[in-house]
Amino acid sequence: MRLEPREAPSLALTLAYPTLAILAVFVFAGILVSFSGANPFSVFTLVLKGAAGSQFALFETLTRATPLIFTGLAAAVAFRAKLWNIGAEAQLYMGAVATVVFGTGLLPLPAPLLIPILMIVAAIAGALTLLGPAFLKVRFGVDEVVTTLLLNFIIVLFVSLLLEGPLKDPMGLGWPQTKKVIAEAQLPKLIQGKRLHAGFILALIAAFAVWIINARMALGYEMKAVGFNPRAARFAGMKVDRIMLKTALLSGGLAGLAGLSEVAGLKGNLTLDLSPGFGYAGIVVAMLALLHPLGVVAAAIFVAGIFVGADAMSRQAQVPSYIAQVMVAAALLAMVTALMFTRYRIRWK
Amino acid sequence: MTDTVLHLDRISKRFGALLANDAISFAVGRGEIVALLGENGAGKTTLMNILFGHYVADDGSISVFGKPLPAGQPHAAIAAGVGMVHQHFTLADNLTVLDNIMLGTEKLWRPAARKAQARQRLTRLAQDFGLAIEPDRTVAALSVGERQRVEILKALYREARILILDEPTAVLTPQESQSLFATLKKLTAQGLSIIFISHKLNEVLSVSDRILVLRAGKLVAERKTRETNRQELAELMVGRPIAEPKVEPQPCGEVHIEIRSVTTSDGLDQASLTLHGGEIMGLAGVSGNGQTALANLLSGLSRQASGSLHIFGQDAGNWTPDRMTIERIARIPEDRHAEGLIADMSVTENVIAELYRDPSLNRHGFLDWGKAHEFAKAIIKRFEVKCPSPQARVRLLSGGNMQKLILGRTLSLDPRFILACQPARGLDIGAVTYVHQRLLAARKAQASVLLISDDLDEILALADRIAVIYRGRISAPEPRKAVTIKELGLKMAGHGFGEGEAHAA
Repeated sequence: MRLEPREAPSLALTLAYPTLAILAVFVFAGILVSFSGANPFSVFTLVLKGAAGSQFALFETLTRATPLIFTGLAAAVAFRAKLWNIGAEAQLYMGAVATVVFGTGLLPLPAPLLIPILMIVAAIAGALTLLGPAFLKVRFGVDEVVTTLLLNFIIVLFVSLLLEGPLKDPMGLGWPQTKKVIAEAQLPKLIQGKRLHAGFILALIAAFAVWIINARMALGYEMKAVGFNPRAARFAGMKVDRIMLKTALLSGGLAGLAGLSEVAGLKGNLTLDLSPGFGYAGIVVAMLALLHPLGVVAAAIFVAGIFVGADAMSRQAQVPSYIAQVMVAAALLAMVTALMFTRYRIRWK
Repeated sequence: MTDTVLHLDRISKRFGALLANDAISFAVGRGEIVALLGENGAGKTTLMNILFGHYVADDGSISVFGKPLPAGQPHAAIAAGVGMVHQHFTLADNLTVLDNIMLGTEKLWRPAARKAQARQRLTRLAQDFGLAIEPDRTVAALSVGERQRVEILKALYREARILILDEPTAVLTPQESQSLFATLKKLTAQGLSIIFISHKLNEVLSVSDRILVLRAGKLVAERKTRETNRQELAELMVGRPIAEPKVEPQPCGEVHIEIRSVTTSDGLDQASLTLHGGEIMGLAGVSGNGQTALANLLSGLSRQASGSLHIFGQDAGNWTPDRMTIERIARIPEDRHAEGLIADMSVTENVIAELYRDPSLNRHGFLDWGKAHEFAKAIIKRFEVKCPSPQARVRLLSGGNMQKLILGRTLSLDPRFILACQPARGLDIGAVTYVHQRLLAARKAQASVLLISDDLDEILALADRIAVIYRGRISAPEPRKAVTIKELGLKMAGHGFGEGEAHAA
């Protein structure tokens, strides 16, 4: 058996395989659900209800999607240039650290000034976190998969150090947490009394901005060219190293904004459970979106919906909410496989 | 013809929409050299890969020495007595000749005893066929001609009676080619049969007994070698009459490029060369002698360790590829897939790769895609690129159309200097003629052209002056009319390069 490339996959084919992929995920998850003794159909209905069945559920899903949009964009931007940034988790935490350093009273400014400043410092903190690995990559050829991945652990431990030391809230009853950000630093809620906050709007704007960069700007064109063929890009006169570093700044900055959005929009302070793996889930989101920035929004809402819906479902149906992680992982594998089949066909010898 | 050793019967092979082989039938007799002539993409290599078991034919059958050959099994082909010498050698550089020949042939237990036996057999083979070789030298120390000899010996060691040579002269100097042809005659005198794959008319005419011409997957003609000629073969190959390029003499202009004893880390050794406006300088040489290093230097990709480079009277020692495009230097890269184009991007995205920084396309970092598409359309039209639309991915284009795209992109700079590295490599004759016309037109417009090519015929057809590169050094250029192929061949082998002479192959 071997793979033969298809010359020009038809539109029907391009749509058929991803649809099949989603179906396969539900069949696979359904089998697992039956193993745990529940009816798959009622479980999926509960997941759907929990994700989008009420206003509350919908807002929960969008709240959960907000950081995923940022980290998804971070991965999408970097992967498009073949900069394998696996370190969005670290960049998110550094963005959060910057937010609490500047947002807990150091800068006593009104909100219209303070929030943009916090956005800038959070983005810079995230960007600088990725700049190191990117520099090592372009200068010495150090594999960024290794450096960015391992930096995640270093940064999380570093944050833990900060939470036990310099950034520890003196009024926190000894818990490893920082002070709350001041009122002027908080992102406003979109609807009174709900958790959904302006970070979601920022995420949408970021997605739109990345789309403009990709589709309209020289930088987006350069990042694409460098991703596909750095040698040809260099031959044509592009400054490949510099473009790589710019990509790193953009990608790291977006992940840093996820940290700002979570701290200033939702949690109020920084703790070690700020991110349940948003950085890693961002990779899944980006891949599901085929690295398209607007697709990232849809994929982030899809992934967030599965997580939120599964949480709600597990409370009622006695099926562990881990099913959400199985579904998201299976969705990624199925989607990648489906994509391969839109581009290749199998030939049996 | 004597008794038939190989018979191909209506072999067909289809790749998607492309019919690579269309019901091809022919036979090879004992002691015969059959040349398989055709342009790139005519289906020669596909056919041989089917014969050797790398591909399975969709239809048709093969018999060797009267027995049917099972499809898709290289081992069966070897066992039946078919040997193949690939264009790119399949030798391990760090092993000795003997080890290379045993590798994959002999079983691995009791290596010492087998080695002694193998050495005996190899020495005897080498004597019988007049292929002098030292079994204990490492392959890395051998010249290209010698490596090819090892490949042939490897096939003979496996008791090949039918030898397939795929473009065997691509890496040889003219003298090495002559010695290869002599070897082939000796082999056929011993009763071997040879299939010689080539697209070079002259060598096909000088070595073969019979010529099969393939075109677009079909066997279009079969000729006895002594009953045909160059012109007829060329027309059979292309399918229509062709004209040789005409080079009108013209006086050359001022100095454009001045390379003064440049040494680089990637292979130039005190190389010097001067180019004038309105001339084509042909740089001949066996591939791997520093052509790539020179191209990198003139493309702005590498820097000289010592020496100096002046372009249009300015010190160009630290010019980047970006600067080269600003100075209207057209660079046609040697490897259009790796360096020239980005296969997964569209035609438009590729044609603006050198120009997108220009304010006409780029406003404060925003690209004017409308203009870019217009530009792409203009190039497609002017350079007759066959492609469905400017949005089509370049991967879908043929090699000739890719090269036209590069030409279009780079010649639209209105170049003052053209660096043409292997500009016709892998193109069919029609496309080659087109590329050559464009270079001659640029020469007429007083541009300077450096034509780096492995193909002596190409250089002799176009160049005003010819220099030879050998181990990173460049000989003093001579007017084309003053050089002969023999002299060039000697220079390509290192004669006249001082200390290089002792190593000449």
